[in-house]
Amino acid sequence: MELIMEQMPIVIRSLNVGFLQTLKLFFVTLVGACPLGLLIAFGSMSKFKPLSFLTRILVWIIRGTPLMIQLLIIYYFPGLVLGKPIWGGGETGRFIAASVSFILNYACYFSEIYRGGIQSVPVGQEEAGLVLGMTRRQIFFKVTLLQMIKRIVPPMSNEIITLVKDTSLARIIALQEIIWAGQSFLKGSQGISGVIWPLFFTSVYYLVCNGVLTMTFSRIEKKLSYFR
Amino acid sequence: MPILEAEQIQKSFERTKVLEDISFSLEKGQVLSIIGSSGSGKTTLLRCLNFLERPDRGVIRINGETIFDAEDARTVQESEIRKKRLHFGLVFQSFNLFPQYTARQNVMLARELLAREKPGYKARKKEIQAEIQAQAEDLLGQMGLSDRMDNYPHQLSGGQCQRVAIARALSLQPDILCFDEPTSALDPELTGEVLGVMRELASQNTTMIIVTHEMAFARDVANQVIFMDEGRILEQGTPSQVFEQTKEERTKQFLSRFQSEKGSQKQQISTKR
Repeated sequence: MELIMEQMPIVIRSLNVGFLQTLKLFFVTLVGACPLGLLIAFGSMSKFKPLSFLTRILVWIIRGTPLMIQLLIIYYFPGLVLGKPIWGGGETGRFIAASVSFILNYACYFSEIYRGGIQSVPVGQEEAGLVLGMTRRQIFFKVTLLQMIKRIVPPMSNEIITLVKDTSLARIIALQEIIWAGQSFLKGSQGISGVIWPLFFTSVYYLVCNGVLTMTFSRIEKKLSYFR
Repeated sequence: MPILEAEQIQKSFERTKVLEDISFSLEKGQVLSIIGSSGSGKTTLLRCLNFLERPDRGVIRINGETIFDAEDARTVQESEIRKKRLHFGLVFQSFNLFPQYTARQNVMLARELLAREKPGYKARKKEIQAEIQAQAEDLLGQMGLSDRMDNYPHQLSGGQCQRVAIARALSLQPDILCFDEPTSALDPELTGEVLGVMRELASQNTTMIIVTHEMAFARDVANQVIFMDEGRILEQGTPSQVFEQTKEERTKQFLSRFQSEKGSQKQQISTKR
């Protein structure tokens, strides 16, 4: 126990650095996947058949295979084929590759949630707007958007909480996120070696982060509960 | 000159003809009831007038001015159609109120958005807003909803929702107010309160087209009745012509189903008033 207290400051410092990378990947994915998901959703709902067919194939492939495999393929495959890595070397290259994989993967999941949200708003809402002389743009922003948001908040919060934990998969390409940081004390780092508790301790970071997210989302849900 | 003329309106979905050779006209301040069994094309006709469906053929004129001609590409553009829609108001069977807005906001929204497009809005914003709000409150008052203006649709009964929807449709002062089975989603008691409001509108000479299954109401309120069957107008005339001097066998058959309930229904509505 005494030993742990001694190791604690070193471990915490190291885990903080790792968690910063975790958070970076989380936010970059969120910022990229939210709008990309909307594009994919529009694509899959398109009346232009080839477009909707292709986007649905893409969504099927991305949702049908493990994110870990996608990470490995996106990180290593271009290098194997072209003979030189396109993502650049070192931590920056790994971060870019991880971001691309995560954004693509989560955009596909988000697109399905958006599609459900858009399609669950009754057509009558749009028709009511049209007969009142509103433009389609006005109808989207003034009438349907908020109803759509209300409907997608619960599934989105689910997906976003999963994203926090999924960032740990980037460990597979040695991105120096929090799992990597915790694991480093097994082999030895900064004079500490052969201890596994830092790895277990990373859970606290995920728990706190997801606790904050859960509260935020339930607050949003509550805010939107004034209408049905 | 009639306020509305429809000529040879025709509409098909896929290969099924839903409307065939529909022609009628309506004078200002008059009420037209459209009756007929489900699937006879009544609702499609209303939706065509409101441009929610586009007729394949036919002409629609308002006050003598052609606002739609299937042959004339200029009249069928989306941007044009938006303005022309404003000649008509539409009250839906399922209300279609905007759930995130209060009754008052539901009535105000469309007019606010239209006002914003006009020049000089910014300078007179406060004044215009106040004007729109006063009009909304006035309309809701007419509907007997003065104490419900700050309620959201889910806090209102079906009959109250439909009355908000009527106020909303009236807010843009349409030339013709259309109703698509406005009481079909309501129980008899709530039906009475909505029909009461519609009677009131009729007595104020609001031009209305009413698609309804309330036969007694159609007969009492309308100046003109159309009976539709399989996408065609089978019988057309004054209420007494259609209801009492019925010509077509099919119309008689349709009306006979309502004869038995007619007596009791009429009584119910008259006690409501």
